[in-house]
Amino acid sequence: MKIIYRDREWELEGRRRVNDAIKGVGLMPQTVLAVREGKLLTGDLMLKEDDEVKLVAVISGG
Amino acid sequence: MKCRKCSRQAVFNMRRHKLALCEEHYTEWFVAQTQRAIEKYHMFAPDDRVLVAVSGGKDSLALWDVLLKLGYQADGLTIDLGIEDYSTPSREKVEQFAAQRPGAEFVVVDLKAEYGETLPEVAKRVRRGRGKPCSVCGLIKRHAMNRMARDGGYSVLTTGHNLDDEAAVLFGNVLHWQTGYITRQAPVLPADREGFVRKVKPFCRLYERETAAYALITGIDYIYDECPYAVGATSIRHKEVLNRMEEESPGTKAQFYLGFLRARKAGFFCEQAEEVELHPCTNCGQPTSAPGLCAFCRLWKTTD
Repeated sequence: MKIIYRDREWELEGRRRVNDAIKGVGLMPQTVLAVREGKLLTGDLMLKEDDEVKLVAVISGG
Repeated sequence: MKCRKCSRQAVFNMRRHKLALCEEHYTEWFVAQTQRAIEKYHMFAPDDRVLVAVSGGKDSLALWDVLLKLGYQADGLTIDLGIEDYSTPSREKVEQFAAQRPGAEFVVVDLKAEYGETLPEVAKRVRRGRGKPCSVCGLIKRHAMNRMARDGGYSVLTTGHNLDDEAAVLFGNVLHWQTGYITRQAPVLPADREGFVRKVKPFCRLYERETAAYALITGIDYIYDECPYAVGATSIRHKEVLNRMEEESPGTKAQFYLGFLRARKAGFFCEQAEEVELHPCTNCGQPTSAPGLCAFCRLWKTTD
Protein backbone atom coordinates (compact mmCIF):
# COMPACT_ATOMS: atom_id res chain seq x y z
CA MET A 1 0.00 0.00 0.00
CA LYS A 2 1.04 3.54 -0.58
CA ILE A 3 1.18 5.98 2.36
CA ILE A 4 1.47 9.70 1.61
CA TYR A 5 2.33 12.32 4.20
CA ARG A 6 3.15 15.90 3.18
CA ASP A 7 5.75 15.55 0.40
CA ARG A 8 6.81 12.02 1.40
CA GLU A 9 5.64 8.63 0.17
CA TRP A 10 6.16 5.06 1.43
CA GLU A 11 5.29 1.63 0.00
CA LEU A 12 4.38 -0.89 2.70
CA GLU A 13 4.15 -4.65 2.08
CA GLY A 14 1.15 -6.80 3.01
CA ARG A 15 -2.12 -6.01 4.71
CA ARG A 16 -2.09 -3.80 7.77
CA ARG A 17 -4.45 -1.91 10.00
CA VAL A 18 -4.49 1.89 9.64
CA ASN A 19 -2.75 2.54 12.99
CA ASP A 20 -0.07 -0.08 12.21
CA ALA A 21 0.59 1.58 8.85
CA ILE A 22 0.90 4.98 10.57
CA LYS A 23 3.35 3.56 13.11
CA GLY A 24 5.11 1.72 10.29
CA VAL A 25 6.14 5.00 8.69
CA GLY A 26 7.32 6.38 12.05
CA LEU A 27 4.36 8.61 12.93
CA MET A 28 2.05 8.72 15.95
CA PRO A 29 -1.62 7.85 15.28
CA GLN A 30 -2.63 10.75 17.59
CA THR A 31 -1.00 13.31 15.34
CA VAL A 32 -2.44 12.39 11.92
CA LEU A 33 -5.76 11.52 10.32
CA ALA A 34 -5.88 8.81 7.65
CA VAL A 35 -7.89 9.51 4.50
CA ARG A 36 -8.67 7.07 1.65
CA GLU A 37 -10.58 8.28 -1.41
CA GLY A 38 -11.60 11.40 0.49
CA LYS A 39 -13.03 9.49 3.47
CA LEU A 40 -11.67 9.36 7.02
CA LEU A 41 -10.59 5.97 8.35
CA THR A 42 -10.62 4.67 11.91
CA GLY A 43 -7.38 3.18 13.23
CA ASP A 44 -8.63 -0.42 13.38
CA LEU A 45 -9.59 -0.59 9.69
CA MET A 46 -7.72 -3.22 7.68
CA LEU A 47 -6.05 -1.80 4.58
CA LYS A 48 -5.61 -3.68 1.33
CA GLU A 49 -2.34 -4.13 -0.54
CA ASP A 50 -3.38 -1.71 -3.32
CA ASP A 51 -4.79 1.04 -1.06
CA GLU A 52 -3.49 4.58 -1.20
CA VAL A 53 -3.80 6.42 2.10
CA LYS A 54 -3.11 10.08 2.69
CA LEU A 55 -2.11 11.15 6.19
CA VAL A 56 -3.16 14.64 7.24
CA ALA A 57 -1.21 16.35 10.01
CA VAL A 58 -3.33 17.44 12.95
CA ILE A 59 -0.92 19.75 14.80
CA SER A 60 -0.81 23.40 13.86
CA GLY A 61 -0.01 26.71 15.47
CA GLY A 62 3.05 28.47 16.72
CA MET B 1 -15.70 -0.28 13.93
CA LYS B 2 -19.37 0.73 13.89
CA CYS B 3 -20.94 4.06 14.77
CA ARG B 4 -22.22 4.07 18.37
CA LYS B 5 -25.47 5.71 17.29
CA CYS B 6 -26.29 3.72 14.16
CA SER B 7 -24.93 0.60 12.51
CA ARG B 8 -22.98 2.39 9.78
CA GLN B 9 -19.21 2.27 9.43
CA ALA B 10 -17.57 4.71 11.87
CA VAL B 11 -15.13 7.24 10.39
CA PHE B 12 -13.74 8.68 13.60
CA ASN B 13 -12.91 7.16 16.95
CA MET B 14 -12.31 9.23 20.11
CA ARG B 15 -10.43 7.04 22.54
CA ARG B 16 -10.83 9.54 25.39
CA HIS B 17 -14.62 9.23 25.13
CA LYS B 18 -14.63 5.57 23.98
CA LEU B 19 -16.85 6.88 21.19
CA ALA B 20 -16.76 6.04 17.48
CA LEU B 21 -19.14 7.82 15.10
CA CYS B 22 -20.13 7.92 11.44
CA GLU B 23 -19.87 11.14 9.41
CA GLU B 24 -23.41 12.28 10.14
CA HIS B 25 -23.32 11.58 13.87
CA TYR B 26 -19.83 12.97 14.31
CA THR B 27 -20.84 16.27 12.71
CA GLU B 28 -23.91 16.40 14.96
CA TRP B 29 -21.81 15.59 18.07
CA PHE B 30 -19.18 18.23 17.24
CA VAL B 31 -21.72 21.03 16.73
CA ALA B 32 -23.52 20.06 19.97
CA GLN B 33 -20.23 20.04 21.92
CA THR B 34 -19.45 23.56 20.72
CA GLN B 35 -22.87 24.82 21.77
CA ARG B 36 -22.39 23.11 25.15
CA ALA B 37 -19.12 24.97 25.74
CA ILE B 38 -20.70 28.30 24.71
CA GLU B 39 -23.42 27.74 27.33
CA LYS B 40 -21.20 26.22 30.03
CA TYR B 41 -18.85 29.18 30.11
CA HIS B 42 -21.58 31.78 29.32
CA MET B 43 -19.63 32.89 26.26
CA PHE B 44 -22.38 34.66 24.32
CA ALA B 45 -26.10 34.59 23.57
CA PRO B 46 -28.04 34.30 20.27
CA ASP B 47 -28.59 38.08 20.11
CA ASP B 48 -24.87 38.89 20.42
CA ARG B 49 -22.94 39.98 17.35
CA VAL B 50 -19.89 37.72 17.14
CA LEU B 51 -16.63 38.41 15.33
CA VAL B 52 -14.68 35.26 14.40
CA ALA B 53 -10.94 35.62 13.86
CA VAL B 54 -10.23 33.43 10.81
CA SER B 55 -6.77 32.51 9.57
CA GLY B 56 -7.73 30.07 6.80
CA GLY B 57 -6.68 27.14 9.01
CA LYS B 58 -8.88 24.24 10.12
CA ASP B 59 -9.78 25.51 13.60
CA SER B 60 -10.96 29.01 12.76
CA LEU B 61 -12.87 27.97 9.62
CA ALA B 62 -14.48 25.07 11.49
CA LEU B 63 -15.50 27.49 14.25
CA TRP B 64 -17.03 29.95 11.80
CA ASP B 65 -18.86 27.07 10.09
CA VAL B 66 -20.28 25.76 13.37
CA LEU B 67 -21.37 29.20 14.60
CA LEU B 68 -23.20 29.82 11.30
CA LYS B 69 -24.85 26.39 11.53
CA LEU B 70 -25.98 27.20 15.07
CA GLY B 71 -27.57 30.41 13.77
CA TYR B 72 -25.29 32.94 15.47
CA GLN B 73 -24.66 36.34 13.89
CA ALA B 74 -21.04 35.50 13.16
CA ASP B 75 -18.87 37.60 10.84
CA GLY B 76 -15.26 36.84 9.95
CA LEU B 77 -12.11 38.87 10.40
CA THR B 78 -8.93 37.93 8.60
CA ILE B 79 -5.55 39.63 8.86
CA ASP B 80 -3.30 39.60 5.80
CA LEU B 81 0.20 39.76 7.28
CA GLY B 82 1.98 39.67 3.93
CA ILE B 83 4.00 36.51 4.70
CA GLU B 84 5.32 35.21 1.39
CA ASP B 85 3.66 32.02 0.04
CA TYR B 86 1.45 31.82 3.13
CA SER B 87 -0.73 34.89 3.66
CA THR B 88 -2.24 35.01 0.15
CA PRO B 89 -3.32 31.33 0.04
CA SER B 90 -4.65 31.68 3.62
CA ARG B 91 -6.72 34.69 2.63
CA GLU B 92 -8.01 32.85 -0.45
CA LYS B 93 -9.26 29.99 1.75
CA VAL B 94 -11.27 32.48 3.81
CA GLU B 95 -12.67 34.10 0.65
CA GLN B 96 -13.65 30.70 -0.81
CA PHE B 97 -15.25 29.64 2.47
CA ALA B 98 -17.38 32.81 2.63
CA ALA B 99 -18.32 32.62 -1.07
CA GLN B 100 -19.79 29.14 -0.51
CA ARG B 101 -21.98 30.29 2.40
CA PRO B 102 -24.63 32.89 1.68
CA GLY B 103 -24.65 35.55 4.40
CA ALA B 104 -21.09 34.86 5.59
CA GLU B 105 -19.59 38.35 5.75
CA PHE B 106 -15.99 39.12 6.55
CA VAL B 107 -13.53 41.99 6.75
CA VAL B 108 -9.83 41.97 5.90
CA VAL B 109 -7.08 43.91 7.64
CA ASP B 110 -4.31 44.15 5.05
CA LEU B 111 -1.16 45.15 6.90
CA LYS B 112 0.79 46.34 3.85
CA ALA B 113 -2.15 48.36 2.48
CA GLU B 114 -3.03 49.95 5.83
CA TYR B 115 0.39 50.47 7.40
CA GLY B 116 2.78 50.30 4.45
CA GLU B 117 4.75 47.26 5.62
CA THR B 118 4.27 43.49 5.81
CA LEU B 119 4.92 41.55 9.02
CA PRO B 120 8.37 40.32 7.86
CA GLU B 121 9.32 43.90 6.92
CA VAL B 122 8.27 45.50 10.20
CA ALA B 123 9.74 42.61 12.23
CA LYS B 124 13.11 43.08 10.52
CA ARG B 125 13.09 46.79 11.38
CA VAL B 126 12.17 46.70 15.08
CA ARG B 127 14.06 45.19 18.02
CA ARG B 128 11.04 43.16 19.17
CA GLY B 129 11.07 41.16 15.93
CA ARG B 130 14.76 40.31 15.71
CA GLY B 131 15.30 36.61 15.19
CA LYS B 132 11.65 35.64 14.80
CA PRO B 133 8.63 37.81 13.98
CA CYS B 134 6.19 35.81 16.17
CA SER B 135 6.15 38.34 19.01
CA VAL B 136 5.41 41.20 16.59
CA CYS B 137 2.79 39.02 14.88
CA GLY B 138 1.01 38.39 18.19
CA LEU B 139 1.00 42.09 19.00
CA ILE B 140 -0.38 43.01 15.56
CA LYS B 141 -3.11 40.36 15.68
CA ARG B 142 -4.23 41.26 19.22
CA HIS B 143 -4.40 44.94 18.28
CA ALA B 144 -6.24 44.38 14.98
CA MET B 145 -8.74 41.94 16.50
CA ASN B 146 -9.58 44.27 19.38
CA ARG B 147 -9.84 47.32 17.13
CA MET B 148 -12.05 45.65 14.52
CA ALA B 149 -14.33 44.13 17.16
CA ARG B 150 -14.68 47.48 18.94
CA ASP B 151 -15.13 49.57 15.80
CA GLY B 152 -17.58 47.09 14.30
CA GLY B 153 -19.76 47.10 17.43
CA TYR B 154 -19.29 43.38 18.13
CA SER B 155 -20.01 42.19 21.65
CA VAL B 156 -17.55 39.33 21.52
CA LEU B 157 -14.47 38.13 19.65
CA THR B 158 -14.06 34.37 19.15
CA THR B 159 -10.91 32.47 18.24
CA GLY B 160 -10.50 28.84 17.18
CA HIS B 161 -8.15 27.85 20.03
CA ASN B 162 -8.70 24.17 20.81
CA LEU B 163 -7.88 22.08 23.89
CA ASP B 164 -4.44 21.16 22.51
CA ASP B 165 -3.57 24.84 22.06
CA GLU B 166 -4.69 25.62 25.60
CA ALA B 167 -3.00 22.56 27.11
CA ALA B 168 0.28 23.43 25.34
CA VAL B 169 0.16 27.01 26.66
CA LEU B 170 -0.61 25.77 30.17
CA PHE B 171 2.18 23.18 29.95
CA GLY B 172 4.68 25.85 28.88
CA ASN B 173 3.57 28.21 31.62
CA VAL B 174 3.81 25.49 34.27
CA LEU B 175 7.29 24.47 33.08
CA HIS B 176 8.46 28.02 33.62
CA TRP B 177 6.11 28.84 36.51
CA GLN B 178 4.69 31.85 34.75
CA THR B 179 2.19 32.37 37.54
CA GLY B 180 0.73 35.58 36.12
CA TYR B 181 -0.08 33.90 32.81
CA ILE B 182 -1.42 30.77 34.53
CA THR B 183 -3.96 32.70 36.60
CA ARG B 184 -5.20 34.61 33.55
CA GLN B 185 -5.64 31.61 31.21
CA ALA B 186 -9.36 30.96 30.70
CA PRO B 187 -11.98 30.12 28.02
CA VAL B 188 -13.44 33.61 28.51
CA LEU B 189 -11.47 36.81 28.91
CA PRO B 190 -14.09 39.32 30.02
CA ALA B 191 -14.21 42.88 28.77
CA ASP B 192 -13.57 44.00 32.31
CA ARG B 193 -11.32 46.87 31.43
CA GLU B 194 -12.18 49.89 29.38
CA GLY B 195 -11.43 49.40 25.70
CA PHE B 196 -10.89 45.62 25.72
CA VAL B 197 -13.43 43.48 23.92
CA ARG B 198 -14.65 40.18 25.42
CA LYS B 199 -12.65 37.21 24.01
CA VAL B 200 -13.88 33.60 24.03
CA LYS B 201 -12.70 30.17 22.84
CA PRO B 202 -15.67 27.91 22.01
CA PHE B 203 -13.41 24.97 20.97
CA CYS B 204 -11.47 24.90 24.25
CA ARG B 205 -12.90 21.48 25.20
CA LEU B 206 -12.27 19.88 21.79
CA TYR B 207 -9.05 18.17 20.73
CA GLU B 208 -7.17 19.49 17.71
CA ARG B 209 -7.65 16.05 16.16
CA GLU B 210 -11.41 16.52 16.54
CA THR B 211 -11.48 19.93 14.83
CA ALA B 212 -9.35 18.54 11.98
CA ALA B 213 -11.76 15.59 11.60
CA TYR B 214 -14.74 17.98 11.52
CA ALA B 215 -13.07 20.11 8.81
CA LEU B 216 -12.27 17.02 6.70
CA ILE B 217 -15.69 15.41 7.10
CA THR B 218 -17.62 18.58 6.27
CA GLY B 219 -15.37 19.37 3.30
CA ILE B 220 -13.93 22.63 4.62
CA ASP B 221 -11.03 23.55 2.37
CA TYR B 222 -8.38 24.89 4.74
CA ILE B 223 -4.71 25.69 4.48
CA TYR B 224 -2.68 22.60 5.44
CA ASP B 225 0.66 24.35 5.44
CA GLU B 226 2.06 25.71 8.64
CA CYS B 227 3.10 29.34 8.95
CA PRO B 228 6.79 29.22 7.91
CA TYR B 229 7.74 30.99 11.14
CA ALA B 230 5.95 28.40 13.31
CA VAL B 231 8.33 25.61 12.27
CA GLY B 232 10.14 24.45 15.41
CA ALA B 233 7.99 26.63 17.70
CA THR B 234 8.07 25.70 21.38
CA SER B 235 4.29 25.34 21.51
CA ILE B 236 4.43 22.67 18.78
CA ARG B 237 7.10 20.77 20.75
CA HIS B 238 4.87 20.93 23.83
CA LYS B 239 1.95 19.58 21.79
CA GLU B 240 4.10 16.66 20.67
CA VAL B 241 5.06 15.83 24.25
CA LEU B 242 1.41 15.95 25.33
CA ASN B 243 0.40 13.78 22.37
CA ARG B 244 2.96 11.13 23.33
CA MET B 245 1.33 10.94 26.76
CA GLU B 246 -2.14 10.91 25.17
CA GLU B 247 -1.08 7.99 22.96
CA GLU B 248 -0.19 5.94 26.05
CA SER B 249 -3.08 7.14 28.17
CA PRO B 250 -6.14 8.51 26.34
CA GLY B 251 -7.69 11.53 28.03
CA THR B 252 -4.42 12.88 29.50
CA LYS B 253 -4.65 16.26 27.71
CA ALA B 254 -8.27 16.74 28.75
CA GLN B 255 -7.49 15.84 32.36
CA PHE B 256 -4.60 18.27 32.41
CA TYR B 257 -6.47 21.26 30.97
CA LEU B 258 -10.02 20.68 32.21
CA GLY B 259 -8.67 19.79 35.67
CA PHE B 260 -6.88 23.13 35.66
CA LEU B 261 -10.12 24.93 34.77
CA ARG B 262 -11.92 23.16 37.64
CA ALA B 263 -9.15 24.07 40.08
CA ARG B 264 -9.23 27.64 38.82
CA LYS B 265 -12.98 27.83 39.35
CA ALA B 266 -12.54 26.43 42.86
CA GLY B 267 -10.22 29.32 43.64
CA PHE B 268 -6.83 27.57 43.67
CA PHE B 269 -5.36 30.19 41.36
CA CYS B 270 -6.08 33.72 42.54
CA GLU B 271 -5.19 36.66 40.39
CA GLN B 272 -2.74 38.96 42.11
CA ALA B 273 -4.19 42.37 42.80
CA GLU B 274 -2.31 44.28 40.18
CA GLU B 275 -3.33 47.84 39.57
CA VAL B 276 -2.17 48.64 36.06
CA GLU B 277 -3.43 52.01 35.02
CA LEU B 278 -4.61 52.12 31.42
CA HIS B 279 -4.74 55.15 29.15
CA PRO B 280 -6.05 55.53 25.64
CA CYS B 281 -3.20 55.48 23.09
CA THR B 282 -2.64 59.01 21.80
CA ASN B 283 -2.71 57.74 18.21
CA CYS B 284 -5.31 54.93 17.95
CA GLY B 285 -7.26 55.33 21.20
CA GLN B 286 -6.89 51.68 22.23
CA PRO B 287 -5.98 51.00 25.88
CA THR B 288 -2.30 50.88 26.83
CA SER B 289 -0.38 50.77 30.10
CA ALA B 290 2.36 53.04 28.80
CA PRO B 291 1.74 56.77 28.56
CA GLY B 292 1.58 58.04 24.98
CA LEU B 293 1.60 55.50 22.16
CA CYS B 294 0.59 51.84 22.58
CA ALA B 295 3.06 49.07 21.65
CA PHE B 296 1.33 48.58 18.28
CA CYS B 297 1.56 52.25 17.25
CA ARG B 298 5.18 52.39 18.43
CA LEU B 299 5.96 49.65 15.87
CA TRP B 300 5.28 52.08 13.04
CA LYS B 301 7.02 55.08 14.60
CA THR B 302 10.28 53.49 15.58
CA THR B 303 13.45 52.70 13.69
CA ASP B 304 15.45 51.01 16.48
